[in-house]
Amino acid sequence: MMGFFTSKAFSVFVTFFAFYVAQRIYQRFKFFWLNPVLLSILGLMAFLTLTGIPYEDYFQGGQIISFFLGPAVVALGVPLYVQMEEIRKRGRAIGVSMAVAAVVGVLSAAGTAALLGASLPVVASIAPKSVTTPIAMGIAEKIGGIPSLTAAIVIATGILGAVIGPGVLRLCGVRHPVAFGLAMGAASHGIGTARAVEEGEVQGAAGGLAICLNGIATAVVTPVLMKLIVLWVRP
Amino acid sequence: MMVRSLSIIFGFLALGDAVSYGLALPIPGNVIGMMLLTFSLCRGWVDLRSVKPAADLFVQNMAFFFVPPGVGLLLYLDLLSREWVPLVVAYVVSTVVVLGVVGWVTQKMERR
Repeated sequence: MMGFFTSKAFSVFVTFFAFYVAQRIYQRFKFFWLNPVLLSILGLMAFLTLTGIPYEDYFQGGQIISFFLGPAVVALGVPLYVQMEEIRKRGRAIGVSMAVAAVVGVLSAAGTAALLGASLPVVASIAPKSVTTPIAMGIAEKIGGIPSLTAAIVIATGILGAVIGPGVLRLCGVRHPVAFGLAMGAASHGIGTARAVEEGEVQGAAGGLAICLNGIATAVVTPVLMKLIVLWVRP
Repeated sequence: MMVRSLSIIFGFLALGDAVSYGLALPIPGNVIGMMLLTFSLCRGWVDLRSVKPAADLFVQNMAFFFVPPGVGLLLYLDLLSREWVPLVVAYVVSTVVVLGVVGWVTQKMERR
């Protein structure tokens, strides 16, 4: 019987089913903490724990789904192209804000963790937390982090950004659609962008652009910033 | 239509991977594939209508693909129980700071 529950087909099925139920709950109540990604992850964690199915077995099927993150990132090139005119007009604002995003993102995450006494591999794992999973894992590996822990933190960041992002931006008085999309994409990559898409096409395209530019900028600045943090915080 | 559009997306993904490995770049292949796709659309090498069906499918359902690695948090419950304070504080502080700073900087520059 355990063979059935650990089959790839079963893992793919429960993931689809959990997400479907989570979406239905979200659509029914429209309450922001009921984000479908968060709900389905918590539901599946509870399910695996209760049934005793090892995560490794679940992920045999799960990785078939997460494989599609790759083509999904490529597909973001389409809204990016559709909004190209809009983006071209704002080249300078976008360039500056993405450079700021990369530096502020790494310093605030790794700096805070280091100040609060996290171990060095944990500090390195959290440094690239705002960029999309495949880029973040690559960076973490380079700077002595734990790539799979980074993947988990990246997703937690995405969920947090998707959930609190619109509220935080409203509090900061950010109403401009491009500013909204860039902030969501820069702070919480694909999950934040998926939330930005709900607001409109401009927001979605700006989010896709932020994933791309912030990912590249973070890959460049993280190794340098990590050296500074290690020097300042831990003599 | 869907098959043509899927082959374009996966073609650019494979191309991006090839460039990333070939030139040993720190940027993953999917991001390079995305840049190459945008560039090709801008140059008119790829027609928007031919990629749109699969691209829309992927973009609109992107959040779903994050679920299985997200469940992987299970593997770190032990580490999280030891170092959860710095981890949680750092990730919450940083997420809020990045959201605020990026939104604010972009909007400030827009208004000029």
